Amino acid sequence: MSILLQQIVNGLVQGSVYALVALGYTMVYGILGLINFAHGEVVMVGAMVALMVVQLLITSALAPVLVLLIALLVAAMACMALGYGIERIAYRPLRNAPRLAPLITAIGMSIVLQNLAMMIWGREYHPFPALLPHSPHLLFGAIINDVQIIIVLVALAVMAGLLLLVHRTRLGRAMRAVAENPGAAMLMGVDVNRVISATFMLGSALAAVAGIMVSVNYGIVHYYMGFMLGLKAFTAAVLGGIGNLRGAMLGGLLLGLIESLGAGYIGDLSGGIFGSNYQDVFAFFVLIAVLVFRPSGLLGERVAERA
Amino acid sequence: MTQQNSVLLDLSGVGKHFGGLAALSEVSLHIRRGEIYGLIGPNGAGKTTLFNVITGLYQLDAGNFTFDGARYVRCKPHVLAEAGIARTFQNIRLFANMTALENVMVGRHVCSSSGIWGALLRNAAARAEEHAIAERARELLSYVGIDRPHQTLAKHLSYGEQRRLEIARALATDPKLLALDEPAAGMNATETASLKELLQTIRGSGITVLLIEHDVKLVLGLCDRVAVLDYGKKIAEGVPEEVRRNPAVIVAYLGGDAGEAAA
Amino acid sequence: MRNVLNHLLRHERRNAWAAFLLAGIVLLVLPFATDALLGRGWVRIMDFALLYMMLALGLNIVVGYAGLLDLGYVAFFAVGAYTYALFGSPQFGLHWPFWAVLPMGALFACIFGVLLGAPTLRLRGDYLAIVTLGFGEIIRIFLNNLNAPVNITNGPQGISQIDPVRFGSFSLGSSHSLAGIVFSPVHLYYYLFLLFTLLVIFVSMRLEKSRIGRAWMAIREDEVAAEAMGINTRNIKLLAFAMGASFGGISGGLFAGFQGFVSPESFSLMESIMILCMVVLGGMGNIGGVILGSVLLVLLPEALRNGAGPVQQALFGKVVVDPEALRMLLFGVALIAVMVLRPAGLWPSAQRRRELVVDDAAIAEQEQETVYDAAK
Repeated sequence: MSILLQQIVNGLVQGSVYALVALGYTMVYGILGLINFAHGEVVMVGAMVALMVVQLLITSALAPVLVLLIALLVAAMACMALGYGIERIAYRPLRNAPRLAPLITAIGMSIVLQNLAMMIWGREYHPFPALLPHSPHLLFGAIINDVQIIIVLVALAVMAGLLLLVHRTRLGRAMRAVAENPGAAMLMGVDVNRVISATFMLGSALAAVAGIMVSVNYGIVHYYMGFMLGLKAFTAAVLGGIGNLRGAMLGGLLLGLIESLGAGYIGDLSGGIFGSNYQDVFAFFVLIAVLVFRPSGLLGERVAERA
Repeated sequence: MTQQNSVLLDLSGVGKHFGGLAALSEVSLHIRRGEIYGLIGPNGAGKTTLFNVITGLYQLDAGNFTFDGARYVRCKPHVLAEAGIARTFQNIRLFANMTALENVMVGRHVCSSSGIWGALLRNAAARAEEHAIAERARELLSYVGIDRPHQTLAKHLSYGEQRRLEIARALATDPKLLALDEPAAGMNATETASLKELLQTIRGSGITVLLIEHDVKLVLGLCDRVAVLDYGKKIAEGVPEEVRRNPAVIVAYLGGDAGEAAA
Repeated sequence: MRNVLNHLLRHERRNAWAAFLLAGIVLLVLPFATDALLGRGWVRIMDFALLYMMLALGLNIVVGYAGLLDLGYVAFFAVGAYTYALFGSPQFGLHWPFWAVLPMGALFACIFGVLLGAPTLRLRGDYLAIVTLGFGEIIRIFLNNLNAPVNITNGPQGISQIDPVRFGSFSLGSSHSLAGIVFSPVHLYYYLFLLFTLLVIFVSMRLEKSRIGRAWMAIREDEVAAEAMGINTRNIKLLAFAMGASFGGISGGLFAGFQGFVSPESFSLMESIMILCMVVLGGMGNIGGVILGSVLLVLLPEALRNGAGPVQQALFGKVVVDPEALRMLLFGVALIAVMVLRPAGLWPSAQRRRELVVDDAAIAEQEQETVYDAAK
């Protein structure tokens, strides 16, 4: 029982991170209909920038939480600038190009960012200083520490804020209008380019938050950390129904849970043939199964084939 | 001996609903061989839904659907295309990046059979078939009156030509029933007139035509028989003269949409 | 008049034959010229370029013709390679002949293609992309872990000492000399790969201009309309998947024989992405473009690898940045630059080219359409 609960706790923590990153994918997809393959690298850059700030301020007299907040702010700004730049360089020139062209520039962007990071920060794993208390708490037999609680809470708060922004503000309304029909939105006086830039920046800020969460949770930062995380988050976005904000949140949490439960139980389920090294297989199988029965993801709109 | 039957398409008690909304209920109609059958009705009356049911895009929820003597239940569109129902689309759906000729050649798919081996070996039979496909496609292009170079991409044709190309593509399947979804939409008077001529020629060649139109004048002037749908129900059917005078039809058009009645 | 025409035609045909012959001679002499000028390493790179060409042409059928975005194509390469490795190495003590194992690899890859395709082909574009990506990862993870409880794939260590390609007693794994010229294995494999590549090109060309090829393109352009025209979209899409997969399987088998070693590392997601880049960057749907794309994307990183270190030496007197990182960085920049400058690829298909020429006409038409929409 406590093992089950422990896996659920771990899954929720991991899932919160996936959800935040998945939101970035889904927002861009919703508005431009393209997979921003470089989004995972934005997460990595966020983590790296935060690490630099922390290293700079750690010796100062500032309280650790304050240091982390400053790092978060700087990282978010850096990522927003990066997101803006990515859109301008790699996507805007290709707005009307064949569908796969922006996918290739996105891949190019991802390669560029990864290797730039490798040049700047090297190939080694960097330890991320423990700035938050790690004291464990017992929750119905499962152990959860402060950092994990904070991660889940922050993720929930950010997601709630995003939903408010999209549904209650002028910018949000413009975003939804552009997602629905860019041409009509433009005719109605919406500055489509600005809205798209804002979407990229917003998604990148979420990526920065996620990057710091991962760093704080695992205590390690690496130039390659964004790739797999991005892939998982994209999977989560598709699982929930890409283009749908709530879908990305649900998909992220669900993927986290599936992975962690899969890792915990796959051995027992298969009579010891498969070990936890098959956890990714498990996640992808669930994804395929879900899509076979719900081709547009869990919360995706059913795009009826209209004639 | 259903083959001798004069009825080509027979719908009885057809129903289709989306969620709680009944798009079609209890619609029964039959189309005879060789006639031009019109289907009109105000916006949202269920015309296109009916169309999608008989071309296999939607599965019907109630009723029966018989075509050329055979009953069709839960059939994919390609099965119905093979059976002899060819269609066009309200919002033109051509293969935009293929040439005009290739578009029509795709229509010959059901009337030809060469597969992978034919393609690879390009033996005498495959070559002959390919030649016949191209030949027939060229004929059809001139039949519908597209006199542009055949290598023009479909998306570079004019609007009227695209409508005609869709008809040529549908005709390429050698259909028994040609179903046209608002072929005159967006056309000017001259284009509409020549479309009317084309449809008469097609009927003259022995193909039955089902026509959904907004342009009531065109339908009443062209069709042998007309059915009127309103709120998913058939409210009238008959020769154009009867339908024109039918009080239910006048109410549907005047009550539903005053602008339509003027047309 | 007619005589003159005939004469000209014959002349043209003669020219075509001459060009054909010349190209043939160049392709035959190329490995030796490269060997002499650039060294043996580059002949090996050429071998790889041919392998990737086959892969890219296979993926081109799926992505370029049928319009199905496949991000896990390398899985079929892996299936072909492991089939060859398992039936021709000390792993199980099996040493089946090349002519039996290679088609088997293609067949297995084809079966996997159908297995993947059957449940997933009704998914729309990007959903299919993520499912194929997942499938590719699943295959790789299995290869990585199937060393326990029963050792099948030997896990991350991979399978080594794979038999070289052998025709009777003639092994491509050792040097042979003919009329005083020594053919080393890289040369011999070059000719073998060239033969298979030509075969793949031939098959692609034949398929492109056929009833099946037209059906694929119709599905790519508009699936609903294609189905309404009587095309059984599910079967035709499965056919594209199966064809593409078997090309992948064949290249996989050749790869295993050539390398003598396979491990899961060679079949990562990055490989799938690379092959996709070759197809799109060169010019999706156009055989020439795909060939160009694969040659460039194999040669460019290699050229950068050889250039990145020495150029820095010459410029700054020392190696300032990690050459490996610099090489990949430049590669990424090149991908972005090419796509931004030529969105339809370096060498787009004839239709795409026509599209670029009549762009103005298209814009005028679109304006007309907009007016029409507004009027409606």
